[in-house]
Amino acid sequence: MSAIQPNVQQPVSEEMELVRRAKRSDDKAFEELVRRYDRNVFRIAQHITQNREDAEDVVQDAFLKAYGNLAQFQEQSKFYTWLVRIAVNEALMRLRRRRPERMVSLDEDVKTEDDSLPREVADWSPNPEQMYNQGELRDILTRTIQGLPAGFRTVFVLRDVEGLSTEETAQALELSIPAVKSRLLRARLQLRERLSRYFQKRASGDGEKSSGDGDQ
Amino acid sequence: MKCAEFLNELTNYLDGALDARTKSELEDHLAWCHNCYVVCDTTRKTIEIYRNQELYELPEDLRGRLQTAIMSKCSAHKKSGPQKV
Repeated sequence: MSAIQPNVQQPVSEEMELVRRAKRSDDKAFEELVRRYDRNVFRIAQHITQNREDAEDVVQDAFLKAYGNLAQFQEQSKFYTWLVRIAVNEALMRLRRRRPERMVSLDEDVKTEDDSLPREVADWSPNPEQMYNQGELRDILTRTIQGLPAGFRTVFVLRDVEGLSTEETAQALELSIPAVKSRLLRARLQLRERLSRYFQKRASGDGEKSSGDGDQ
Repeated sequence: MKCAEFLNELTNYLDGALDARTKSELEDHLAWCHNCYVVCDTTRKTIEIYRNQELYELPEDLRGRLQTAIMSKCSAHKKSGPQKV
């Protein structure tokens, strides 16, 4: 079984050269950094805020903040990791504003371990891509990930969707590596559990496509 | 290896972060424990399906507007001098 590998792989030196040019007030260089990462920041922001307008605002605010604070970037991490840290903070701030009744924090998930224990253990068959059309599949995936607590969702998105390494995810979220690993395991298992209700092999073949998974 | 131990090592296994001995013990467990095999396989599929689907694509027209807005705000920021953003 092949390992899940990070999918953002830019040569650091080439990128750091862009960053240094941007630090010397070369706006073309900064614009190149925007073009390189705006899609990623938008995806992360929308996953966290679950709101399109907020995600658009987060993209603008995160890049503006990065621009205004470039001098403080010490080049001890990748620029992208530093940018993600800014974007995650902006996104969490907006999520808190929209949901003041709920405590939104990366530490909110410390409940019991039971929520991640596997219950559904049937194979997925046929392949989910064959079982549902593109629109239905995206709808299922969106609703399912939206049901995860923000802390789990954020770790899963950075590590598994955006492909940051465990160490980069820990840096971006200011969490320890064991904390990232623990949240990642529980996020993966909870998503798997919820998706199994849609994708598992059905002995009865009744074609039921939705079981209502109690998303928040 | 017991099922609970397998579950503890699942993330390291999927990320290719296990030492050879633990990996071998885990794979021995998967060879006879069907439930853990299914959990492992469907967890890997969960990760792959989210990675492949790219749920929130940034439409090109919106992308262009955002890039223009960002660079325009950066330019205004530069002209107004250094301040906390």
